[in-house]
Amino acid sequence: MADLALQLFIGAFNGISIGSVLLIAALGLAIVFGLMGVINLAHGELMMLGAYATFFVQNVFNGWGDPWAQIYTIAAIPVAFLVAALVGLILERGVIRFLYGRPLETLLATWGVSLILRQFVRTTVSTRNVDVTAPAWLRGGIQIPTGAVPIQLPYARIFIIILTIICVVGVYFFLNRSSWGLRIRAVTQNRSMSACLGIPTAQVDALTFALGSGLAGVAGCAITLLGSVGPNTGQNYIIDTFMVVVVGGVGNLFGSIISAMVIGIVTYLIGSGTFATLLSPVDWLQPVVEFFNFFADSSMAKVMVFGLIIAFLQVRPAGIFPPKGRAVEL
Amino acid sequence: MVQANFGRRKFLLYGTAALGTSILLKACGAPPEQSGTTTPGGGTTSTPSGDGDTIKVGILHSLSGTMAISETTVVDAEKLAIKEINEAGGVLGKQIEAIVEDGESDWPTFAEKAGKLIDQDQVSVVFGCWTSASRKAVLDVFESKDHMLWYPVQYEGQECSRNVFYTGAAPNQQIEPAVEWLLENKGDKFFLVGSDYVFPRTANTVIKEQLKVLGGETVGEDYLPLGNTEVTPIITRIQQALPDGGVIFNTLNGESNDAFFKQMQGAGLSPDKYPIMSVSVAEEEVRQIGPEFLKGHYASWNYFQTVDTPENTKWVADFKAEYGDDRVTNDPMEAAYIMVYLWKQAVEEAGTTDIEAVRAAAVGQTFDAPEGKVTMNANHHLSKTVRIGEIREDGMFEIVYETDGPLDPEPWNQFVPDTKGYGCDWTDPTKGERYKMEA
Repeated sequence: MADLALQLFIGAFNGISIGSVLLIAALGLAIVFGLMGVINLAHGELMMLGAYATFFVQNVFNGWGDPWAQIYTIAAIPVAFLVAALVGLILERGVIRFLYGRPLETLLATWGVSLILRQFVRTTVSTRNVDVTAPAWLRGGIQIPTGAVPIQLPYARIFIIILTIICVVGVYFFLNRSSWGLRIRAVTQNRSMSACLGIPTAQVDALTFALGSGLAGVAGCAITLLGSVGPNTGQNYIIDTFMVVVVGGVGNLFGSIISAMVIGIVTYLIGSGTFATLLSPVDWLQPVVEFFNFFADSSMAKVMVFGLIIAFLQVRPAGIFPPKGRAVEL
Repeated sequence: MVQANFGRRKFLLYGTAALGTSILLKACGAPPEQSGTTTPGGGTTSTPSGDGDTIKVGILHSLSGTMAISETTVVDAEKLAIKEINEAGGVLGKQIEAIVEDGESDWPTFAEKAGKLIDQDQVSVVFGCWTSASRKAVLDVFESKDHMLWYPVQYEGQECSRNVFYTGAAPNQQIEPAVEWLLENKGDKFFLVGSDYVFPRTANTVIKEQLKVLGGETVGEDYLPLGNTEVTPIITRIQQALPDGGVIFNTLNGESNDAFFKQMQGAGLSPDKYPIMSVSVAEEEVRQIGPEFLKGHYASWNYFQTVDTPENTKWVADFKAEYGDDRVTNDPMEAAYIMVYLWKQAVEEAGTTDIEAVRAAAVGQTFDAPEGKVTMNANHHLSKTVRIGEIREDGMFEIVYETDGPLDPEPWNQFVPDTKGYGCDWTDPTKGERYKMEA
């Protein structure tokens, strides 16, 4: 029984850790796409800029030697946030503000921006990927001695889960407890009424977009712990982030949290073959077991997750939490 | 009136459009970015090469897109060889003029540019391609125009074209010796991890057949879409399939390798219990992923920068002098470098750049390469020495195993039932691409 409990715990941990990577990547988009309605295809490239900011902070701190080299990841988070937020601000002031309410043009324009940013990095830094190595204290993991299989919970994953929680809580308080958050919510709910009441909507737009972009930068910093850093890094995440926001329901941050976690856990359970293992003792379920075994590989798991999402969107076309009230009519 | 909110229908429409577009873009491998620095050489004259003062050769690799990272290094190696040959007086008394085209990591573009090099530039030979997908795409072009391609990268075999010379390893010169070495030294339970495209799938078929014959066991296999970086489910499957440790055979390509090695270390799967043998990780990749994550794992190649031959010492020094001290050399670069010399020797023996004559003269050419002596066989593949390297702290490879001499290439795999017993011989008109060898 203890073994089953341990397996469930490991499953939950791994699922949540996949989910938190999805969530931290999608959080900025949930604001930009969800609250503002801007389809930002350059979101992945803002993450990439955050990852490169981390790379530069690493090099500077490594130059100073220990103990600085040990804490560069912490210092990189605000730097990545500021770099991405600044680029986002320029992007909003320079391009996107002329395109509000014209989603197709925004889509093309932001895709163009994503190409420009990628090429910018290729020409200024390098076409090659760069090496970002986490400090030693983030590279190991917590040993779990029990059970037949020795398990280690990676510190990098725990770090990302904590960082995601901090970001979510921070965004929640910012939107719900600060005066700028109040203005953002007012503008996203009814722009013309907010403008009548004296809210500087242009400034609010710029701030919201910069916030969403900055969160993308933080996500970029986080993913350096797990994957590669190169000009194409952002492209690996852009589909997943849109998927999270669409499934969660646009305009609802809570929906994005739920959908990221559900997608993470389902991806893990299918991809790792846990479904098949759990069901295998039951005789009459053998066809189901074989079905899940067929999908127990990363490529096939992705196919199945997309299939499930399509089926889900048939039932609930507007996601887990559809927009309510007058926003629907507009 | 500026309106940011929009309704459910519109949202669905645009949201689907956005998602669809991005999926489409990703599915196409790499977006066709207009970033290539194509170097159109030699103006627009269409003088057949060999008639003028120079001999034109084509270089066809991706200079932009996802494959540019790897392929530009190969272009550097080819250019170095051409420069050296030109400084030594050229070929047949003429200078070599390289015409570089960008395949843009896009397979139809490769085919189009190959046609351009042959028809418009009238080159004598093309050096090019990296991925098997791009080679398959240009194969038709070279076969229908009866031209000549030299291909410098290890690949999955099961191909033997009259119009291609393969200077990278066939599976029996890289994958099969690696499996044998692992069985002897590291255990008989194998977990196969690969990217989801033709090379890893074919390579893993070969490995599975080989393990069946040699008494090993395949306990699992998993494929990751190219570029995907979420490997947690794979790590769980490895832990379940190999609770007491075992061998992991890695045919992942590109960015997934970074994620795989970083997360394997995070999960505590260390090389002493879970040694990973890679066939697509060389010096350049080690530098980009970071040696901290790779130390103690293995790779199988014909060439490492640490190979101890006088030719290699000289080549590494020359390469660094040309391109900078921070550059490294690796197996595909070495294969690209020597193929230019092999072609040059064939041209000199034939006394002409005529394709047919050069093709006949190329077979039997030998060269004292940085990796040791290589010989071009009748099946258009090279005899090569096979080495296994353990990754060191400085990112270089400690060579832990080396075959006694060069191994002869077998393009048709001798473990896969469909091709067992078949060979390839282009010097004998009755044999050709695929014939039944005598037992």
